[in-house]
Amino acid sequence: MDKNNQAIHLKKEILVKVIKAFYSDNFPESTRLIPFEMRPKGSEVPYRCCIYKEREIIRNRTIAGLGYPMEGADERLLLSGYAEGSLKREKPDEQMLTVLELACKGCVPNRIFVTDLCQGCVARPCLENCKFDAIKIVNGKSQIDSSKCKLCTKCIQVCPYHAIVKLVVPCENVCPVGAISKDEQGHARIDFEKCIACGKCVSACPFGAIHEKSQIIDILNKIKQGKKVVAMIAPSIAGQLPGNIYQIKTALLMCGFYDVLEVAQGADITAKNEAKEFAQRIENNEPFMTTSCCAGYNNLVDKHMSEIAKYRSDTKTPAYYTAELCKQKYPDCISVFVSPCVAKKSEAQKNDNIDYVMNYEEMGALFIANKIEVSELEPTPFDVESSREGRNFGIVGGVAESVKAADCNKTDVKPYVINGINKDTIRELRTYAKKGECDKGNLIEVMCCEGGCVGGNACINTIRTATKSINDFTKDSKPICE
Amino acid sequence: MNKITVKICMGTTCFVMGASQLQELMDIIPSKYGDKVEIQGVPCLEFCNVNTESNAPYVAVADTIVKNATVDKVLETIERKLGYGQE
Repeated sequence: MDKNNQAIHLKKEILVKVIKAFYSDNFPESTRLIPFEMRPKGSEVPYRCCIYKEREIIRNRTIAGLGYPMEGADERLLLSGYAEGSLKREKPDEQMLTVLELACKGCVPNRIFVTDLCQGCVARPCLENCKFDAIKIVNGKSQIDSSKCKLCTKCIQVCPYHAIVKLVVPCENVCPVGAISKDEQGHARIDFEKCIACGKCVSACPFGAIHEKSQIIDILNKIKQGKKVVAMIAPSIAGQLPGNIYQIKTALLMCGFYDVLEVAQGADITAKNEAKEFAQRIENNEPFMTTSCCAGYNNLVDKHMSEIAKYRSDTKTPAYYTAELCKQKYPDCISVFVSPCVAKKSEAQKNDNIDYVMNYEEMGALFIANKIEVSELEPTPFDVESSREGRNFGIVGGVAESVKAADCNKTDVKPYVINGINKDTIRELRTYAKKGECDKGNLIEVMCCEGGCVGGNACINTIRTATKSINDFTKDSKPICE
Repeated sequence: MNKITVKICMGTTCFVMGASQLQELMDIIPSKYGDKVEIQGVPCLEFCNVNTESNAPYVAVADTIVKNATVDKVLETIERKLGYGQE
């Protein structure tokens, strides 16, 4: 779904309100008032049936913004109670996503539907082409027997009048691993055993019913307690805001972060290690290797695609190496990975060196609450300047290119890119794993999001402009192979 | 007729709240209206301070401020100014 939509706007608005409430004199009370502030007495009711439901859904969104799940939430507890609780929490919630049942429409199940545009033609290609005998003619027009229909969409393809449509449940439809289904009431429910935390459902739901549980209050609370909170900014950040990464560093320091490290620094290590590993594997006559930096892809392999595990690089992610460097430099610090997507929250959970994750939307909300104009700030340099290739990790093809460059032309590297994980590319990857060969290349970069990390669910900028800004910025950075 | 100037606020608040998605206007407007309309991405116009971030992104179409701006809303405002559909 296009990112220019009211559901995303509403989520960001709530994050700003939650952060402003945290900065206020009375965090619990300011939080309790958020729904009333956003929908004051007599205000317009833009989306739901009445102002009370609007406020209640805003209350639910605020709970997610405070880092709590809505599944099993106590509806009697006031927002002020949630706010107080969030200050006492020592660890973020285990699951990254939550469904707001109240905001969920309970869309009609996926089905194929013949519209009134059906002309009742003589040819009847829909009837002829249906392999499941699911189409019958009623009053001269086609009708689908949903008990027989297998959703193959053949009839849609052959109808000369484009009269047949597929109605989809957006979250279910976009989930690449079938982790979303409906509960007894028809509301979406995530099966966390299957979920790879790719965040596609978060972006796809037109009702904004699936939320990331934010860790922003935990982070701000650590800063307030005077801890050394260090931000590690992912490479894709370079394309997210007007202003460069040096100005973003200044902005984060202004928000109270103790230091800011570029994750591109870790990406350089990943690229070099992966290039060595790749050369070794090719020498051992292995047919191909896939990259291993994308958290969504790693979850996919670990949960659903064990057959490809042996072809996946054993090299660690840029976030892993950066967090290691961060904890070496500041052993007593609280490390925060600043991320384009929700999948990195799942990676952080498995890595003791990453304490929290803040996504770009949350970072943007933080800058808004602090009234920071990033593009007008003085730049702050980094202790270590990263390479062009490391800084390109967040755009599609960037990882494979960096491994090729770090190899310094020693091995015959043929990069191939899986640009976005979906049902089709999963099938494609399975075929390579099963056959033990890939005719498209020997180094397969797998990006869970289309466009690479700049296509992540929490990105602010469009893929096109973000990619362009990153390319403009990195062309002057030093090459990885000297 | 005077040329209409469209200013998209590229301040942090507007950009985060959705002006990032308005950048396509930079391509659409010149090809649609030629030299009748000029479009600029400008630093913070301060509308978020006067009003609130809730109504960002803001776009100024000549002397009209478009709140919660979308591509369609901006184009509609331009066409009203140009007097389209009034003959």
